[in-house]
Amino acid sequence: MEKRVTFKGIWLPLLLVAPQIVITAVFFFYPAGQAVWQSLFIPDPFGLSMQYVGLDNFRFLFDDPFYRASFVTTAVFSILVTAVSMGVALYLAVLADRLIKGSGTYRTLLIWPYAVAPAVAGVLWLFMFNTRVGVVTWYLGLLGYDWNHVLNDGEAMGLVVVASAWGRISYNFLFFLAGLQAIPRSVIEAAAIDGARFWTRFRTIVFPLLSPTTFFLLVVNIVYAFFETFGVIHTITSGGPQQATTILVYKVYSDGFVGQDLGSSAAQSVVLLVLVSILTIIQFRYIERRVHY
Amino acid sequence: MTDRDPLAAEVAPKRGTGRPARPLPDGMVERRGAGLWLTHLGLIVGVAFIFFPIWLAFVASTVEQQAIVRPPMPLLPGDQLWENYSRALISGINAPVALMLANSAVMALGIALGKIVISLLSAFAIVYFRFPGRRVFFWLIFLTLMLPVEVRIVPTYEVVANFGMLNSYSGLILPLIASATATFLFRQFFMTVPDELAEAARVDGARPMRFFFDILLPMSRTNMAALFVILFIYGWNQYLWPLLITTDPSMNTIVMGIRQMFPSGDDIANWPVIMATSILAMIPPVVVVIGMQRLFIRGLVESEK
Repeated sequence: MEKRVTFKGIWLPLLLVAPQIVITAVFFFYPAGQAVWQSLFIPDPFGLSMQYVGLDNFRFLFDDPFYRASFVTTAVFSILVTAVSMGVALYLAVLADRLIKGSGTYRTLLIWPYAVAPAVAGVLWLFMFNTRVGVVTWYLGLLGYDWNHVLNDGEAMGLVVVASAWGRISYNFLFFLAGLQAIPRSVIEAAAIDGARFWTRFRTIVFPLLSPTTFFLLVVNIVYAFFETFGVIHTITSGGPQQATTILVYKVYSDGFVGQDLGSSAAQSVVLLVLVSILTIIQFRYIERRVHY
Repeated sequence: MTDRDPLAAEVAPKRGTGRPARPLPDGMVERRGAGLWLTHLGLIVGVAFIFFPIWLAFVASTVEQQAIVRPPMPLLPGDQLWENYSRALISGINAPVALMLANSAVMALGIALGKIVISLLSAFAIVYFRFPGRRVFFWLIFLTLMLPVEVRIVPTYEVVANFGMLNSYSGLILPLIASATATFLFRQFFMTVPDELAEAARVDGARPMRFFFDILLPMSRTNMAALFVILFIYGWNQYLWPLLITTDPSMNTIVMGIRQMFPSGDDIANWPVIMATSILAMIPPVVVVIGMQRLFIRGLVESEK
């Protein structure tokens, strides 16, 4: 798509794009290039010189059982976050869609957590499940369950999953509700007249028609779980216990800043870069398909 | 009868056929009677689940430390609201929370406004001019679309450190406006602006910037506002980046400052003050989202698709 009518001039447009070019070059392309460059080197122990090692950093990385474990952790974590937040959101959206009046009120009530930062969400859930003062921990204790996410891997994972999914429900709810309300009423009413009960209608009509929304949310939520949940993990578990909740983004941070292993951290950045690109391509192909649909 | 929310049309403009003139028998599609109450009940349980953590934080911010360290804590607010909030705002734990709020405001506003300004300018240039390097530029910014700062933190940190921008507002803001999502949105919007407007402006002898300020900018107001809501929340809720580059507590933003309030080691955290800070950290973005709900939903849908 091109504009038919344009203005003349060369210097003015260059001046107009200059701020964005400069900022993007300095804070985006240069660092991204540096990450790729550094991933091919190992600094000597005193940090005085860099030695070229080719792809050794990547070889070390994929030989490292902790890194491979982090891949599995990330997969488990993102699948759970996506499933929980989309499941709850779809359930609430289906209920709200059945109302003639008042779905707007529920939307206003449910929109809140979107505004709560992941790190703050982490603090809220940490407070409820705190091993010493947490109110949920205490009631679980009454029931005879000894909650301790500081020591128990599974409980730590469960807590970061719920805290991450919680803030995401609003977003998914908004898109699901919009998707549901876009389905022609006549189709659903025709099925109802033919005697299809709610579940049959949902399975055979509503859910298939909702699939573009579902697929879109699937990709967006996976991206969220990969990259935007750092705050939740840092506040609740700091990647522990024994790296049980160290997702890939957390590992880039802990190896690069805490461990000061720059070569490995750069290689990890490159791996993440490739993952983001794949997700982006999936998203764009999907949008393209939708346009032609 | 067609009192479906007006916002629904905005999120999904191509709505199907409307409600039939004569409603179907009760309970076939919409819920009435007992089914209606069950639907409401289901939603209320959902809302309660969503709200419980926030409610608990609010309660904790209104009681004394003693009420919390001897569990179970009460589930109804106490009478220490004023004490806890003024304690947090004025002295805080590492730095006064009022200062952290101000830092967050500068950062969020800087990111939102900065990104809108540079994106408007470059989208205008891409759409309304033919200049050398335009295609290259277009593809370069296309590459930046989805690479979050988390992925390139170590080298970006080095760049910012070399510029001496640690513990500064420019260090907080600039790296986060280095992406092109907003440029794309404005480009899409400018493409829909009728050519006749630019033609008329040119015939009248208006200079390009005159056209930009007098015609294009007023037409983009709604898009700018919608984008502002999304970017403000994005900026306000940043965590990892401020955590890395603000080592001086007086430069902490509130979202990352909360975590710094937890004691290291075995001491018990000062929960009432921490929870008061958490509530304070939520208020500005929540006010923006609820107050500008229509624009927010519009911005969300447009910036993600």
